[in-house]
Amino acid sequence: MSILVIADLSGSALNREATAKAINAVRGLDKVSVLVAGYQVAQPAAEVAALEGVARVLVADQAWLAPRLAEDMADIIATLAPGFTHVVAATSASSRSYLPRAAALCDRMVIGDVTRIVDRATFERPIYAGNALEVVESLETGIFLTIRPTSFSASLGVQPPAPIEPLAVEQGAVQTIWISDSVRSDDRPDLATAPIVVSGGRGVGSAEGFQLVVQLADRLGAAVGASRAAVDAGYAASDLQVGQTGKVVAPRLYIAVGISGAIQHVAGMKDSQTVVVINSDTDAPINQIADYVWSTDLFTALPDLIAAL
Amino acid sequence: MKVLVPVKRVVDYSVRVRVKADGSGIDLNGVKMSMNPFDEIALEEAIRLREKGQVDDVTALSIGPRTVQDTLRAALAMGADKAVHIELPADTPIDSLAVAKLLDAIVREDGYSLVLLGKQAIDTDLGGTGPMLAGLLRWPQASFASELTLIDTHLRVVTETDSGLRTLELPLPAVVSADLRLNTPRYASLPNIMKARSRPITVRTPAELGVDVTPRLRQRAVSPPPARAKTAIRVESAADLVRSLRAEGALK
Ligand SMILES: Cc1cc2nc3c(=O)[nH]c(=O)nc-3n(C[C@H](O)[C@H](O)[C@H](O)COP(=O)(O)OP(=O)(O)OC[C@H]3O[C@@H](n4cnc5c(N)ncnc54)[C@H](O)[C@@H]3O)c2cc1C
Repeated sequence: MSILVIADLSGSALNREATAKAINAVRGLDKVSVLVAGYQVAQPAAEVAALEGVARVLVADQAWLAPRLAEDMADIIATLAPGFTHVVAATSASSRSYLPRAAALCDRMVIGDVTRIVDRATFERPIYAGNALEVVESLETGIFLTIRPTSFSASLGVQPPAPIEPLAVEQGAVQTIWISDSVRSDDRPDLATAPIVVSGGRGVGSAEGFQLVVQLADRLGAAVGASRAAVDAGYAASDLQVGQTGKVVAPRLYIAVGISGAIQHVAGMKDSQTVVVINSDTDAPINQIADYVWSTDLFTALPDLIAAL
Repeated sequence: MKVLVPVKRVVDYSVRVRVKADGSGIDLNGVKMSMNPFDEIALEEAIRLREKGQVDDVTALSIGPRTVQDTLRAALAMGADKAVHIELPADTPIDSLAVAKLLDAIVREDGYSLVLLGKQAIDTDLGGTGPMLAGLLRWPQASFASELTLIDTHLRVVTETDSGLRTLELPLPAVVSADLRLNTPRYASLPNIMKARSRPITVRTPAELGVDVTPRLRQRAVSPPPARAKTAIRVESAADLVRSLRAEGALK
């Protein structure tokens, strides 16, 4: 028996960091097989095969798998799962959709967003927006997990390629139709993995105000993030939301601009190494988790800061 | 057409929870409880579909001890037509798989065409129930919906993804989970809150529904997260900030 890790893909490209973290999280437990499912995935399959610790790569490569619909992913995973002790994916919007479905098809629970693996059956995970950590023990054989990427290392060496095996898969009966994806395309670093993140909140006041945040991020080569209030107000795209119910980030440097520090926002950034707050309120709650606090008007502070860099 | 909206009673989102000193769980004594905010959004969406005449009946359902009837009354006050309580003895832990199985049993019994639910509960932060239920029913699913349109016998759903938005078309019956931007839930009016007090709630049990709710996970311990040890340094200028960040290596 061994462990099945589901490779994280965007279209036909491997999200190497997220996939490596999932492999790293569990490779101490047993041999790891990796499922690469999608369309035109020969390249990511080859990349995965060369990752240290991978014993075998299973490839499902079909045109109908191009959008990696949760229904199709879950069917494939549920068919494979009985041969493995653990089924593991990095936490993402897509794994949060397909993995619980796959687990239910196998009559299994799912343990989400694991931050520490205590032993083969015992896992730590945050609850209540990270205001508590629970340690849960699974009483099942065949454990479904998603791991929180910010809690695991992505550093994996290379190895001579592991064997790659094509899987015969058939499309299931569910008739969800993929219509379109609208993906923001800019060449900024990915929010989830960038070493520096600059986030803007309601304090920026307008979409134009948010551009100051974007300019600072560009000056620093940083990713752009946002609070829920900034996304709700239409200043920033929804995939930039950081927090309990958005993305969880842990960069080397997090700069929070015009963000008050609600529990739900802090849940997504409190593991950042260095936190800088730029906020006109000298008592903003976010100061409590900050390393540097600059209590000032962001509209003068950001141009100054951009000029000083 | 009938819509089912499962609603969970959780610690209010504005409460900063405290872990019990003995590590046995969260201290819920005297803590404000509310309907899970994402479930509120799901319920609002279902009510709007009914107000548009596209849905005949919205049923709210909650699972847990007697106290969850508060949440069902809140759902009735918002505009749900019916309320179902699946009763569990107090302090019975239940995990998402068991919840999904109970919902599966109710859906099969009462013939719903759509289950609209929250994308996650803000206590466990798991988000397992929706996809699990869809799996058990073998229905199509859309997770993290921020826009939903019902066109005859199918739904067009815009969902939030890791890199933007995705539009899906789902034939009914289907399961859809609500994200924050789907709508802004209404407040219940005082007269509706009063009326909801005397509305009937159908009470069911897992045994009646033939569902084994034995948990598959055992919670071993709960602890507070490690505190950030540092106290913030106040800076007064851009130069000051840049100097400090360079000195500690946060900026190259
Ligand atoms: C179910 C649920 C889930 C949620 N999930 C998330 C989530 O994932 N992520 C998230 O972020 N939030 C989330 N929230 C929302 C959260 O509770 C807060 O409402 C939100 O984070 C507030 O955003 P903000 O800090 O930008 O706005 P505010 O709280 O309004 O803060 C604005 C800040 O800007 C400062 N400011 C104003 N003008 C200036 C100026 N000129 N210069 C400098 N500073 C200025 C103010 O002092 C203030 O501190 C969630 C809420 C709920 C109910």
